[in-house]
Amino acid sequence: MAFRIIEHAKLERNVALLGVFALVTVMIGGLVQITPLFWIDSTIEKVEGVRPYTPLEQAGRNIYIREGCYVCHSQQVRPFRDEVERYGPYSLAAESMYDHPFQWGSKRTGPDLARVGGRYSDEWHRAHLKDPRAVVPESIMPPYAFLAEKSLRTDDIVAQLTALSRVGVPYSKEAIAKAAADLEAQANPDADATELKKRYPKVQVRDYDGDPTKITEMDALVSYLQVLGTMVDHKKAASQQVPNEGAAK
Amino acid sequence: MEKLVMRGGVWLFVALLLLLAAAASSDWAFSVHMSIACLAALIAAFASGKGFDFLSQRYPVLSADNASKYDDDLIRFGLIATIFWGLAGFLAGLYIALQLAFPALNLNFEYTTFGRLRPLHTSAVIFAFGGNALIATSFYVVQRTCRARLAFPSLARFVFWGYQLFIVLAATGYLMGVTQSKEYAEPEWYVDLWLTVVWVSYLAVFVGTLMKRKEPHIYVANWFYLSFIITVAMLHLVNNVSLPVSLVGSQSYSAFAGVQSAMTQWWYGHNAVGFFLTAGFLAMMYYFVPKQAERPVYSYRLSIIHFWALIFLYIWAGPHHLHYTALPDWAQTLGMVFSIVLWMPSWGGMINGLMTLNGAWEKIRTDPIIRMMVMSLAFYGMSTFEGPMMSIKAVNSLSHYTDWTIGHVHSGALGWNGMVTFGCLYYLAPRLWGRERLYSLRMVNWHFWLASAGIVFYASAMWVSGIMQGLMWREYGADGYLVYSFVETVDAMFPMYLIRAFGGLLYLTGAIVMTVNIWKTIAGSPLRQEAPMTETPYNPEADRPAVAVPAE
Repeated sequence: MAFRIIEHAKLERNVALLGVFALVTVMIGGLVQITPLFWIDSTIEKVEGVRPYTPLEQAGRNIYIREGCYVCHSQQVRPFRDEVERYGPYSLAAESMYDHPFQWGSKRTGPDLARVGGRYSDEWHRAHLKDPRAVVPESIMPPYAFLAEKSLRTDDIVAQLTALSRVGVPYSKEAIAKAAADLEAQANPDADATELKKRYPKVQVRDYDGDPTKITEMDALVSYLQVLGTMVDHKKAASQQVPNEGAAK
Repeated sequence: MEKLVMRGGVWLFVALLLLLAAAASSDWAFSVHMSIACLAALIAAFASGKGFDFLSQRYPVLSADNASKYDDDLIRFGLIATIFWGLAGFLAGLYIALQLAFPALNLNFEYTTFGRLRPLHTSAVIFAFGGNALIATSFYVVQRTCRARLAFPSLARFVFWGYQLFIVLAATGYLMGVTQSKEYAEPEWYVDLWLTVVWVSYLAVFVGTLMKRKEPHIYVANWFYLSFIITVAMLHLVNNVSLPVSLVGSQSYSAFAGVQSAMTQWWYGHNAVGFFLTAGFLAMMYYFVPKQAERPVYSYRLSIIHFWALIFLYIWAGPHHLHYTALPDWAQTLGMVFSIVLWMPSWGGMINGLMTLNGAWEKIRTDPIIRMMVMSLAFYGMSTFEGPMMSIKAVNSLSHYTDWTIGHVHSGALGWNGMVTFGCLYYLAPRLWGRERLYSLRMVNWHFWLASAGIVFYASAMWVSGIMQGLMWREYGADGYLVYSFVETVDAMFPMYLIRAFGGLLYLTGAIVMTVNIWKTIAGSPLRQEAPMTETPYNPEADRPAVAVPAE
């Protein structure tokens, strides 16, 4: 029983020793849990269809973050029967691989939004965001009418995509250079969207806020909500959703 | 004199740079923030011109000439700041609780929506109220237990005022929508950098004072404070790695995405609880409970074991916030297992605190401050039992995303952190201002009962609403379909939200009673006429730094 790595009395008399021991002690857990996630391949299994957000969607995502939507809405469907029936196929790691940072959330004061894309019309979203209780009388969501008034800030969109590509989102040089044009094209059904569609497969082009005169924050936010959970074709991904078979190569 | 001019000059230069940044800024939130920082630098320049302790010189009540020869001016400020931010945070909490019951209170105004006010509430109570309590008590405790004055006194002042600036920048940022969207780490990159500077200075002052100590041993409270400061620095630095979109803009992108971002965030988030709200507050407990009870800490051995076990295990518990998500199963399982094991060192701390009352149990009856501290330890024990239970995957599948989590957090925050802080504030106020005792002990008793009743209303309402909603979400009818739409589950929670807000109102009322009591104590009002309760005696002779006595 005499075995001791170090006399505790020594630690209690030496600040440097105590500090270093404490630091090493608290580093271990993080090293074991976090660092492997960066190099174990099966952490994020490749899924077809996941692409970076378009400039308009990304701008909408920034508004989603600015307004603290994540405080009440999760974006993570768990693999339970009731959740899959209520919200749609459960979330895959790859679906948030370009989310800097993740928006999985921690509370469902409102419903999960991981698969809200395509569930409601743009018009529904606009009415709901402007006055939630006009559409859902029991709702306790705050009103966001100001989004429809505010013009979307677009002068920094190249800087936005540049920063994102520097942290690892695979935007091509061309996508960055033409970010402003892509943003305009997505919100305007009359614009030429061929290049946009080439860069962002399955992109939805339309006037999201119903106001053709300007691109508002409402355009951006609704375009983001409408793309959520729609990138992956879940019929194709179904084989990945069989428990314990995901890791099979 | 030359030094003062130098210092003032440096601050003026900083102010000029900040003004330039405000002018060059690419978004208005950033220019508002740079202007606030510029104003702070001008105030610092002005204050250094007048000598650093200008406020305490100008207002004698802030530098009460008491018996202690320790560097306590800053701690007096800290006590006032703790109470101020506490009231602000509780009020914000009550308001957003009412917003959930009555959405009209969002006022149809972008700055007052729940989404922007909620981080204001959480940061105000955790970082402003809790952080000030930690900084003030750590400076108080480290001086007493080392029998030495604070090292680097000007740096210590910088820590305190720099931290207040951090709070102001964070809070105004939330209102303007400046956020990283990482819970409890919402402030943007430049505010994070500022906090890093302040925090490293804090570490320097704390370690410097420990090195100056006249006692051979480092007291156990200081182990906890030290590990809290070091670990929070580590968590803050790693979780906030991000790339600004513009060097003169408020927005940045996290270096991590998706799964890795989630894991890093909850490694941070859970240990903001583990180190900010647990290790730091245990340090407070280890000094103030024995002092108030006038009993030594129950077990030295237990304090060693539970200290090392606690700091080792806490770090692993983060993934229990991500059960059943796209985080790999092995990480979830590790998180769950360590969370359950964590129950033991947590209760080690509770037992060590409660058993310190061995031989002084009658004080629970006679001393309302001890009663408050004992209640806080009881809540600590309860929430550190509830936590491991909720981290079990099967339980978590029901509790996660519901109000049960909110209730759990608040029984820890209101019960443990709040109550132990109130106990410390009550202990400190008369001693810092050289008063005979608190203005009123009966009012402490009122505060105790208001706060306790408030927590009971709060926690039980959240248990009911959380478990109810969790069950409604998964309820299937005989026809094999889900029974409730989402909004029906929201509607069902209305009465619970009212009860929760009522609990919050009681808690806030208790804090207002405390504010009046401490205000009167500081002002030196004649003691309130009331039936006596006992008070822990204070010996000013013993409360001073060790003076070296030459050998004979």
